Amino acid sequence: MSSAVDTSTRRDILGASAIRPDGSAKVQGRFEFSSDLHAENMLWGATLRSPHPYARIISIDLSSAYKISGVEAIITADDVPGKKTYGLISSDQPVFAKDFVRYVGEPIAAVAADHPETCRRALAAIKVDYEVMSPLTDAELAIQSTTPPIHPDGNVIRRQQILTGDQNLQGEIIVEGTYEIGMQDQAFLGLEAALAMPDSGGKGIEMFVATQWLHEDQKQIAACLDLPNEKVRLTLGGVGGAFGAREDISLQVHCALLALRTSRPIKMQYSREESFYGHVHRHPAKISMRHHATREGEILRIEARLVFDGGAYASTSSAVLINGVTHIQGPYRCANATVDGYAVRTNNPPCGAMRGFGVVQACYAHESQMDKLAIACGLSPVEVRLRNAMVTGDKLITGQVVESVAPVARCIRETDAIPLPAPLAENAHPLEIVGGSGLTSLPHNIVRGVGWGVSIKNLMYSETFDDFATARCQLKDGVATLKYATVEVGQGFVVLAPQIARSVLGVDEVVLDTVDTGIGSAGSTSASRQTWMSGGAVDGACRLVRQRLFEHVGKKYNIDPLRLVIEDTDVVDMIGDFRISVIEASSGVLIDETFEHHHRPTEELDENGQGNCHVAFAFVAHRAVVDVDVELGLVKVIQIATAQDVGRVLNPIAALGQIEGGIAQGLGLAVMEEIVLEKGKMRNPSFTDYLLPTALDAPTVVAVMIEEPEPQAPLGAKGIGEPPCISVTPAIAAAIRNATGKDLPRVPIRPQDICF
Amino acid sequence: MNPNSEIYNLRVNGKTHEIRDSWVGESLLYVLRERLNLPGTKGACEQGECGSCTVIMDGEAVCSCLVMAATAIDSEIKTVENVSAGDSLTEVQDAFVTEGGVQCGFCTPGLVVAIEHLLSQNSDPSEIEIKEAISGNICRCTGYGRIFEAVDKAVSVRKAKTL
Repeated sequence: MSSAVDTSTRRDILGASAIRPDGSAKVQGRFEFSSDLHAENMLWGATLRSPHPYARIISIDLSSAYKISGVEAIITADDVPGKKTYGLISSDQPVFAKDFVRYVGEPIAAVAADHPETCRRALAAIKVDYEVMSPLTDAELAIQSTTPPIHPDGNVIRRQQILTGDQNLQGEIIVEGTYEIGMQDQAFLGLEAALAMPDSGGKGIEMFVATQWLHEDQKQIAACLDLPNEKVRLTLGGVGGAFGAREDISLQVHCALLALRTSRPIKMQYSREESFYGHVHRHPAKISMRHHATREGEILRIEARLVFDGGAYASTSSAVLINGVTHIQGPYRCANATVDGYAVRTNNPPCGAMRGFGVVQACYAHESQMDKLAIACGLSPVEVRLRNAMVTGDKLITGQVVESVAPVARCIRETDAIPLPAPLAENAHPLEIVGGSGLTSLPHNIVRGVGWGVSIKNLMYSETFDDFATARCQLKDGVATLKYATVEVGQGFVVLAPQIARSVLGVDEVVLDTVDTGIGSAGSTSASRQTWMSGGAVDGACRLVRQRLFEHVGKKYNIDPLRLVIEDTDVVDMIGDFRISVIEASSGVLIDETFEHHHRPTEELDENGQGNCHVAFAFVAHRAVVDVDVELGLVKVIQIATAQDVGRVLNPIAALGQIEGGIAQGLGLAVMEEIVLEKGKMRNPSFTDYLLPTALDAPTVVAVMIEEPEPQAPLGAKGIGEPPCISVTPAIAAAIRNATGKDLPRVPIRPQDICF
Repeated sequence: MNPNSEIYNLRVNGKTHEIRDSWVGESLLYVLRERLNLPGTKGACEQGECGSCTVIMDGEAVCSCLVMAATAIDSEIKTVENVSAGDSLTEVQDAFVTEGGVQCGFCTPGLVVAIEHLLSQNSDPSEIEIKEAISGNICRCTGYGRIFEAVDKAVSVRKAKTL
């Protein structure tokens, strides 16, 4: 089991379970999250939101709200000095709605006042007259050309087909199904918050904000404020989780506008309910698939149709769609494919990035299909997957060759080798039994089931996007100082970066400079990319510094610098006796280098879905064991066994934390987490009604990390953040099917899906 | 802001604080964070579902978002800032750091308070007792595995110290 900690490593270099430098502050409550920030003379900001999924705004009356004592400013669409819209890929989302509101929760106005309660009263006093319209809430309807568009440029954000090989090939074995995935929320705990400080004179602004990507925020905020980028200076406020929900702008522009308007610092912080309205969610999707195979279970052709509901605005829907269609084959060889995918706009809440990014949906469909194929061919779930497992060098349905290390079969075999959990004990504690403290489950109704899921996930951004990362390293007197704009959302770059510097430079003391826009972009903390990209940038900067250190030492002591290496904390002549500590070698000099890491270029897909659109891939297998009360429809996930293709383990405890955390989120999607919509309106925007896995829901996780270093990756390590949450959902669904014999084509699986 | 404000006293971490010029509807969580400069207690759901705002009130672990500050005038309140002094960490805090119980850290102060409370009442809890005790504290990052590990370690370190 991989939870073993390597205590033999004396220093916190790569490979050690190094200690998070922010850990002590976090356990003492001293770590400053963005919601903890204050400033002298600060005002609070708050947002007025639409109660309707689709309506025309007739008028907005601010007069009563302005009469409330303590209200300092109210702004609407007319007060946006620059660009009126923003968005990550296409800029279609209004800063404030002007003519139409297109989803429940769309911002209409923002207020600055002396107390959060004053803000609430002012929002309640703003009168908006609407002409309520009939919302478009069915993604399938949104595709039809006869449906009136909710945007001037139509409802379809993107359609992408993949047509390859024989389009008419029929297999001896055909299995098919239609699968649905509900809308999941990222549900990070640290609510959206920011503090905006206006420059005197109002010609610039400084913002402390919890985000995933400082430079992208800077660009979008500056455009809306009509300021040059350098006049919008962003510093990372402590981030309480993200999982994709902080990739898009939420309160940033509103907060900045209020600060510039009032010439006072503004703090904005969402409530949990507002957070549900204020950020994008995981796309609900409907996927129909047909697999053609030989009697031996070899996949010959797939047909698939995917529809992703992007909600009211585009966000990253086009990229999510591409991930969906290009991963629909799963980690399996397939020569012939007929795939059609749509991402559409509706009057549902906007959807965008969430951990897994389109692949979660695709995986649920292809893995449900693999189990049907196994049954049709008389094979076990393991055998059917092994027979089709792709290897390095295989060609994907996009024509792209998998150059990444691809230990799919090994992931499956090593997962299969993990012992199954013991049967439910006769004297089990009630809390260990499905149904828990309610004491509702009778032993004879409890059935155990086992199920499988295996997945492929792209790493980094795709389709020509150059999501480079920048890092700067300074070395003086044996102390390395690192500067980058890489956002720490909890994933652990804050511990990895010093590990890299210690390994490359032989230093012990590493200082981390403020994370802000005072250096080039690091790209987003998403797409499992920061260890690879920002890790590569820190590694590159440290290597440049090391080269200059060797040159310095070589000159001073008359040794060829090419003979020098770092050994532990010394600079050593590898063929002579010379040895000097890094502290001494760097004494009195300042070496300062900056490095940009770029991944290899990628291509756009053509109209047939062909092209080298992805950078690299990672793989993982999950086996779920569940207990199901078949009478009451209750589920308890007992064990998740997993073997994950990680490339190289850089920090065992941090890696295990990513795996266990991702599994919990995939478990949530499998059996409990869903934003329930009724005519475009959320029915459960709270933690009372949107259920998250608790300590009592957490299964035993047995994880194996498969280390086959990735030649493309700067540190040999693949991204590990997303894969854990992808195939665990279909594995749990399969285990419930195994226990119940039910079809269960939709997640999350609810009690009524099992017992009725 | 409010003309209806009352002046009242709160006992927090062994000190008496006078709360002036406040709106009486403020939660204990709000007063701790915004008026008493004790931001270690976090707010994440405002409904007592997530445990981020856990504090000890008269010896019981409570969600401070559900307590009206003005009703807590006769209570002794302890927050995460009271768990350890200066740079020193308790066994629980130290184990959270070394065992990987901390990722984003937003749930961490509430969990530390809840686990310290559990161990003060039960120095050797079973696995299921630990799970039950923290089932009101939601962590979205870790999947709880490293948190269970941290509690186990803290328990064993404390046991070794008392031997």
